[in-house]
Amino acid sequence: MSGGALRRLRGLLRKEFVQIWRDPSAIAIAFLVPALLLLLCGYGISLDAADVPLAVATERPTALAESFAGAFAQSSYFAPRRFLAAQDAERVMRAREAQGFLWLPSDFARRADSSGKSPIGVIVNGVDANNARIIEGYVQQAWIGWLAAQARQAGRPSPTLIEVEPQMRFNAAAISRDFIVPGLIAVIMTLTGAMLTALVVAREWERGTMEALLVTRVTIREIMFAKLVPYFVLGMGGMAASVAIAMGLFGVPLRGSLLALTGASALFMLAALGMGLFISTFARSQFVACQVAILATFLPALILSGLIFDINSMPLAIQIVTNLVAARFFVAILQTAFLAGDVWSVILPNAAALVVMAAAFLGAARALARKRLD
Amino acid sequence: MWRRVLALVVKELFAALRDRKSRTVLILPPLVQLVVFGYAATYDLDRVPTAIYDQDPSEASRDLVARFLGSPTFHLAAMLKSSERIDELIDSRKVALVLTIDRRFTRDLLTGRPAPVQAIVDGRNSNTALLIEGYVSSIVTDFSLAWAADHGGQAPPVALDARARFNPTLSSRWFFLPSIVALLTQIVTLLVVSLSVARERESGTFDQLLVTPLRQIDILIGKGLPGLLIGLCEGSVIVAAAVWWFEVPLRGGLIALYLGLMLFVVAVAGVGLMISSLAATQQQALLGVFLFMVPSIILSGFATPIANMPAWEQQLTLINPMRYFLVVVRTVFLEGADVASLAQQYWPMAAIGAVALTAAGWLFRSRTT
Repeated sequence: MSGGALRRLRGLLRKEFVQIWRDPSAIAIAFLVPALLLLLCGYGISLDAADVPLAVATERPTALAESFAGAFAQSSYFAPRRFLAAQDAERVMRAREAQGFLWLPSDFARRADSSGKSPIGVIVNGVDANNARIIEGYVQQAWIGWLAAQARQAGRPSPTLIEVEPQMRFNAAAISRDFIVPGLIAVIMTLTGAMLTALVVAREWERGTMEALLVTRVTIREIMFAKLVPYFVLGMGGMAASVAIAMGLFGVPLRGSLLALTGASALFMLAALGMGLFISTFARSQFVACQVAILATFLPALILSGLIFDINSMPLAIQIVTNLVAARFFVAILQTAFLAGDVWSVILPNAAALVVMAAAFLGAARALARKRLD
Repeated sequence: MWRRVLALVVKELFAALRDRKSRTVLILPPLVQLVVFGYAATYDLDRVPTAIYDQDPSEASRDLVARFLGSPTFHLAAMLKSSERIDELIDSRKVALVLTIDRRFTRDLLTGRPAPVQAIVDGRNSNTALLIEGYVSSIVTDFSLAWAADHGGQAPPVALDARARFNPTLSSRWFFLPSIVALLTQIVTLLVVSLSVARERESGTFDQLLVTPLRQIDILIGKGLPGLLIGLCEGSVIVAAAVWWFEVPLRGGLIALYLGLMLFVVAVAGVGLMISSLAATQQQALLGVFLFMVPSIILSGFATPIANMPAWEQQLTLINPMRYFLVVVRTVFLEGADVASLAQQYWPMAAIGAVALTAAGWLFRSRTT
């Protein structure tokens, strides 16, 4: 790079920094938005059900029925409410005051004694299928525990012949916040990146200042570079604030190295800002740039990144589509870096994908900007 | 007077739809997203990559393994001969589950001691991990009961008979598709409404609008109605796609659904206009949209139940229109809810809409001077 180019670049960078300084909304976007959204959403987004309201209908309160119902009262998963008639329990479920109900029919104890199979009805509201499945799982656990306790009392061998010993790696207590908060950082930084850059080029075109810049000797590459650097600095600042909140406030452990986290964050930031610049050059007007930024960032990052929905379980065509979402690679890195540590076999391929995305977005933005001159 | 308002509505519709890019943005991406999200948003696990380490290759253990491989939930990724690779497979996410059948498996089964089976799961997504554990435990329990029956054992005196109402196969797609109606309708309405005032303010034409004989309420209607119309149209398309393309049962009436959709779109348009009239520039409007949209979706019960939130945050969701509409759209679709049973959901949306629109109308003027 010649001395002239360097001087031009310094001038351009100075202009961008002065513009940011005069209208501090970019600083607010970079720091306040991630912090605010992470605080609001980090507390609210949890998949750990506790005290699930459950109705229990024991039509004839025999000792056996009581001991079964008692097993649920002790469980921390359930907040059971007792009824005598199944209709009452059903009514409570329909009114959405209980997620489901257990039904112990009046001949429950008699049929269990005569060694015929005595059925307990487990009826759950299946609208929220995930929750329903988790509740069914909890009920089954409580049932198995109760059967084993009954067998022990009677001196019989345990009815469950197999003991499953579950071992959850990286998150033994299954705290959903520990994986959701790092993932949320990826989603929120996607928005921040787009918000920071999506309008900067469109605004210059709209106001005609881009033409003014272009008649000088600066090149498009220099303009793009000057637009990228200040927002990259701001974005990394926001990222650091988010990581500090995740660790300090939400108590998410960071098992990997800060170096890996910083490197991956820098790559992701380039991809997110590159996407913003691409939107900006593609849209031509601030209005369309805003619309595209709203549509293309939040929902894809939330739904297609693997943050909450398992990518492996999606149909193949959709799995391929998820490769267009930079957050997908960053979520994989963040969840590994926070919970598992520096597992390079996960971090490196995802980091490589981020490099490709960043290069593609920035390259496309530059090519589009050049085409607009013709 | 209505002619003037109508003229304004037509102008706003033109502004949103005249520009080819803006028109494309309003119509194409939401439809693509409907299809993509419709298939992507599910908690149902499918083909979970699984490694099996059978230390006791015997008839019983092969039976158990066959039950796993026969289930569509699990997909065999590796058959292990030693425990060496377990850590590497889990760490690198090549498998999400390692099932280890202990050497004593058959012996313990025959002598009536609990036979150990170890299930190591990748807990980096603890929800997926819990679901995998649930599937494992139910397959193992089924196997254990069948084995006992075959070997002259005693069946347990009490059995569970589990049924799910409204969604017998517990398809989580049935749960998420109606929710996508809410998600995309909100986004489209915000796209049309939230930038409209800010854009005119930035280019200076909003002041011209204020000096016309149009009253505040006329401007409010003129600015809000296009978003309302476009939001309703897109909402209807998504409902139709959910019913005919994704085959989610629509058990309730259209009146209950559309009353909810209408109130929801009014409330969202109100919030959008509020954001738009607060913002001096389009960049500020964009910021406002994100600050409203992100919490409104995450704190709506869309992906995680509201009941799991801390109490103060549950209170906060009371001002979120999407919270109510999600209940409406889900229960109308799956439970066949009627208008009367949804009154508790309708009136808060109406109240939010009224407050937001009033505030927006007031902000029109106060921000000008």
